[in-house]
Amino acid sequence: MADDRSAPDAGPGDRLRRRQIERQALSISVALAPFGLVFGVACVQAGLGLAEAIGFSALVFTGSAQFAAVGVLGDGGGVAAAISAGLLLNIRSLAFGVLLAPALTGPRWLRALFAQLVIDESTAVATSQTERRWQRYGFLAGGLGVFTVWNLSTVVGVLLATDDAFIEDLGLDAAAPAAFLALLWPRLVGPGGAQGRRIAFAGAVVAAAAVPLAPPGIPILLAGLGVLAAGRGPVPRGGDVA
Amino acid sequence: MSAAFVVIAGLGLGTYALKAAGPLLLGGRALPPRLERVAQQLPAALLASLVVVSTVAADRALVVDARLAGVAAAGVALRLRAPFVVVVAVAVAVTGVARALGG
Repeated sequence: MADDRSAPDAGPGDRLRRRQIERQALSISVALAPFGLVFGVACVQAGLGLAEAIGFSALVFTGSAQFAAVGVLGDGGGVAAAISAGLLLNIRSLAFGVLLAPALTGPRWLRALFAQLVIDESTAVATSQTERRWQRYGFLAGGLGVFTVWNLSTVVGVLLATDDAFIEDLGLDAAAPAAFLALLWPRLVGPGGAQGRRIAFAGAVVAAAAVPLAPPGIPILLAGLGVLAAGRGPVPRGGDVA
Repeated sequence: MSAAFVVIAGLGLGTYALKAAGPLLLGGRALPPRLERVAQQLPAALLASLVVVSTVAADRALVVDARLAGVAAAGVALRLRAPFVVVVAVAVAVTGVARALGG
């Protein structure tokens, strides 16, 4: 996972930062293991085999879209419906890619490889850093960590394919929201925290309001679009977005 | 070729195009100032919406269940400057206990 060109060890401060990023990436990767397990189970329930499950987790590699597409297939939906359900959820990947682009420099073939790792979690770890080189390191650590854990846990899920009640029994479904909250936290406190709180509040309100109205995945997209709209004015105000 | 493989190919290619547009077309060029400002503000909104959706959404309904207790506990842990791993562990433990108690 270590990429020496993107994270040079120049001193103790850098090593500390590097370890902090790696811990974040590891935590968020491990937090996704239960969902990978559930995805594997969902594949079996939809009548898919190990090859299809790995195909989804390695080639599509976006959790929510995978769940949506497999759900449509399991419900007897058509190929076009399954693809469009997944793509609709992934429009936010476009925003993440644009957001990450300045940190993902290098030859075209390398950027082409990086692109596959553009997901919610790698974006979250990357954007919790302010310097480009640490954003890049966070992106790689988060992306590769999640890719590894996601695919392994998908395989285990297919092989187990029993019931998924243990995830809820153990409270593992709270791991992801807690991880997202921890990544959001630095933007709510400290310098610039007031603006961060306004934006976060607006995003939260938009998402909550949209959950009953729109299919899964869309509320997150709407929260992002709300910020785009608010960004036009001189000072973004929370109330504008909702 | 099964329908599932057609979906994997179609969804995989479409998703890759969405993911790659930024890194491949923009390269290392800096964003225009207005877009840069939006890019700085976007994460707070996206992360907050991810917190909300993964805490209180169940399909297309808003529900209050044990997850909310766990995420609230995570907030307390963050306030106490707990490390990332501890924050996640606290959320999982509290959610599990709250659910066992019938939450």
